[in-house]
Amino acid sequence: MARVEFREDRCKGCGLCVEVCPKHIVAMRCDVLNAKGFHPAGVEAMDQCIGCAFCAIMCPDEVIQVEK
Amino acid sequence: MALVYQRTCGLLDVPFHYCPGCTHGIVHKLVAEVLCELGLLDGAIGVSSVGCTYNNYEYFACDMQQAAHGRAPAVATGIKRVLPDATVFTYQGDGDLAAIGTAEIVHAAARGERITTVFVNNAIYGMTSGQMAPTTLVGQVTTTSPYGRDAATQGFPINVSEMLATLRGAVYVERVSVTSVKGIRAAKKAIRKAFLVQRKGLGFSFVEVLSTCPTNWGLSPVESLKWVDTAMQEQYPLGVFKGADLEVEP
Ligand SMILES: Cc1ncc(C[n+]2csc(CCOP(=O)(O)OP(=O)(O)O)c2C)c(N)n1
Ligand code: SF4
Ligand code: SF4
Ligand code: SF4
Ligand SMILES: [Mg+2]
Repeated sequence: MARVEFREDRCKGCGLCVEVCPKHIVAMRCDVLNAKGFHPAGVEAMDQCIGCAFCAIMCPDEVIQVEK
Repeated sequence: MALVYQRTCGLLDVPFHYCPGCTHGIVHKLVAEVLCELGLLDGAIGVSSVGCTYNNYEYFACDMQQAAHGRAPAVATGIKRVLPDATVFTYQGDGDLAAIGTAEIVHAAARGERITTVFVNNAIYGMTSGQMAPTTLVGQVTTTSPYGRDAATQGFPINVSEMLATLRGAVYVERVSVTSVKGIRAAKKAIRKAFLVQRKGLGFSFVEVLSTCPTNWGLSPVESLKWVDTAMQEQYPLGVFKGADLEVEP
């Protein structure tokens, strides 16, 4: 069991987390705009998350927190 | 469930002003994580340089001092000599360190100052909108080399790590990149080693980090990582140029 949490308003929509997720479950949420005006990243299929924290390690803006 | 990744205590909870996907943010996280993990944060003094990271004194949760363009190693020298127990580091870009500040970094290294320099090389002047730097690759298009850097008139890139490694006072010199999780882990190890070299009083320690500037390179953040791995690494190979055998872990 693992869970990732995104501080959505800090996200700059760069997509680096999408690139490194080995489970390919991180995606840009094209239907949402955050306070900065970016489409933030998020995870839908949380049950597939393995808690590797690759997304968080790669995020330049400290958006992501990971629990396992 | 337990937290396996959380924000580092070495950074204040302030959003970075950097562009989307700029890897300056990753380098900030690594420096901060290492200072926290080694218990050095309270006694650390960083020197901000001039470039996109000019105000990173607003981000690091330790004492910081701003220096004039290129002069961070000279300011850090003064701080370290007055406060020899402090852990002193400079955070400098390639325009700052390899152009206007070339003399300061070379002489700080030659003197063997017991300071640590984190050198963020993105092959361009980021802050001022993407002019050619001494580190710009041959053929690279910038605002001041619109047809690509021409070595015949504009010379060749400076490999700072290789150059500084020739100096006796520089005891640890490594070049890393932050384009993958594996690379980020290796970069963190190098930054940790550089601070431990300083704590042991062995001499000058230097970590060059190949970094991105998606905005001025005209590439997406993900394309920028690939450009570091290919074009940049061809000119700037990763590796330890000095001090590979140093044993510094406590
Ligand atoms: C004395 C002086 N000369 C020139 C400048 C203009 N200037 C500001 S930042 C910069 C270059 C920064 O490039 P770099 O160190 O590579 O940092 P980056 O923004 O790429 O991280 C220059 C030339 C200045 N601020 N002060
Ligand atoms: S923790 Fe690992 S598996 Fe989970 S979303 Fe992040 S990168 Fe993907
Ligand atoms: S890496 Fe960070 S800032 Fe970039 S899209 Fe992912 S969460 Fe947002
Ligand atoms: S201009 Fe370049 S170096 Fe500066 S914050 Fe933007 S991407 Fe980063
Ligand atoms: Mg630069």
